[in-house]
Amino acid sequence: MSQAAPKEYEQLRVSGLHAFYGESHILHGIDLVVNRGELVTLLGRNGAGRSTTLKAIMNMVGRRTGSIMINGEETMACAPHHIARLGVGYCPEHRGIFSELNVQENLTLPPVVRSGGMGLDEIYSMFPNLYERRFSQGTKLSGGEQQMLAMARILRTGANMLLLDEITEGLAPVIVEKLGEVLLKLKEKGLTIVLVEQNFHFAAPLADRHYVMEHGQIAEEISADELEAKQSLLNDYLGV
Amino acid sequence: MSEILGVPVTVLSGQLLLGVINGAFYALLSLGLAVIFGLLKIINFAHGAMYMLGAMATVVLFDNLGVNYWVALFVAPIMVGALGVLIEYFLLRRIGGQDHIYSLLLTFGVALMIQGILTNIYGVSGLRYSMPDVFKGGMNLGFMFLPYYRAWVIVMALLVCFGTWFMIEKTKLGSYLRAGTEDAQLMQGFGINVPLLISLTYGFGVMLAAFAGVLAAPIYSVTPVMGSHILIVVFAVVVIGGMGSISGAIITGILMGIIEGLTKTFYPQASSAVIFLVMVIVLLIRPSGLFGKEA
Repeated sequence: MSQAAPKEYEQLRVSGLHAFYGESHILHGIDLVVNRGELVTLLGRNGAGRSTTLKAIMNMVGRRTGSIMINGEETMACAPHHIARLGVGYCPEHRGIFSELNVQENLTLPPVVRSGGMGLDEIYSMFPNLYERRFSQGTKLSGGEQQMLAMARILRTGANMLLLDEITEGLAPVIVEKLGEVLLKLKEKGLTIVLVEQNFHFAAPLADRHYVMEHGQIAEEISADELEAKQSLLNDYLGV
Repeated sequence: MSEILGVPVTVLSGQLLLGVINGAFYALLSLGLAVIFGLLKIINFAHGAMYMLGAMATVVLFDNLGVNYWVALFVAPIMVGALGVLIEYFLLRRIGGQDHIYSLLLTFGVALMIQGILTNIYGVSGLRYSMPDVFKGGMNLGFMFLPYYRAWVIVMALLVCFGTWFMIEKTKLGSYLRAGTEDAQLMQGFGINVPLLISLTYGFGVMLAAFAGVLAAPIYSVTPVMGSHILIVVFAVVVIGGMGSISGAIITGILMGIIEGLTKTFYPQASSAVIFLVMVIVLLIRPSGLFGKEA
């Protein structure tokens, strides 16, 4: 008797997630699942709640209700540093490069949370610019270099699920292309990636699935092979 | 006898020495305040009380348990640092998300309570503490007489200041403190135990104050109110140097001590006001402080 194919490993399961900033109710019951090795995007207009979803997963918003399971473990009661230690690497929208630290200090700031992260040499060969400028103040780098630094920083920790918020925002096309190559490499390595992205043309060829968000809810789930058929629906949601 | 601007050199250098000594205490205290402010973003009004506790502990430990100066130099700051960790963990943490005025009032209240309790037990007339025999006497430098203990205070204060600066600017642990000053939440999102770091930072900051207190015990009058007297001046020093700059706190502390000493020599009437005068001028010209970052 042949056994059923093993169920895909659920790295992240968010159910009925509500989040609040003070009095404002930002997320209204988010449900999403991300399997290991998947690259999933959160699409939507500004203010749809995509960044807040990532922050809520990191326990960095005010009040939350619902459930967030990481590797099958409920994390609603976990402090942010415990969540990171479950193998989650978070890259915030403002990049979060510390001006008080130089490039190398920025790079080595996050503690290693799992084995199997990239070594400094590997990172510097992936991002040669960072090596050249390793003793410069972090915020003296160009926007593109800062973004590379913000990415490199979480790759060193061995995190196997990356939450990336608007990594292409405001960057030159050549840098965006480079970031696309980096993401493909990470996907090949089997990393799980949740990508909040405004630039749909950047995200579309990389992603396995897309969640479209509107008004703090998941409005639509679109897999990569449905993309063509649902293009006009998607355009409506994104307002393009 | 040689004179500078009508003042004998021996008098001038004597006042300068006193100024540097005072400056060493200002530097140690404002350094602790800057370390605490950097990560916790609170103005620690209990800082003077922690300085006083360091000095009181030195005297009380000696009188009751015969603990000598050298042991007190380590034990008193560790005891006060531990008290600081408890204060952070049980009190300050509870109001972490609130407006800063709450933590300011809380630390002020804690300071008043500690001061009140000790005043009740020991009074305010001052306790006697005699310095270890090895420090008795001094050396003649030709232009002035330098008591050994004063030299010791300056050297120790500079060593501790330099050590703290080195730890913060040049080590891994220090990079956590510097990064935490900018964005503690993101740092916690990277897996760093920020709540623990905050407790230890507060403990370390008040430890510096207590260390200054031990140094002060043999030369200043040890009373429960000694902290509130010096704290006002130290706050002025911090405003002049600019909040959050480690080297700024050290340099400004020593500089203000020297300015105070010089004023005592040339125009003694203004000596207790001069630091505040400098503060007013700095606030008018450069509100973020001499070493502070432009807002």
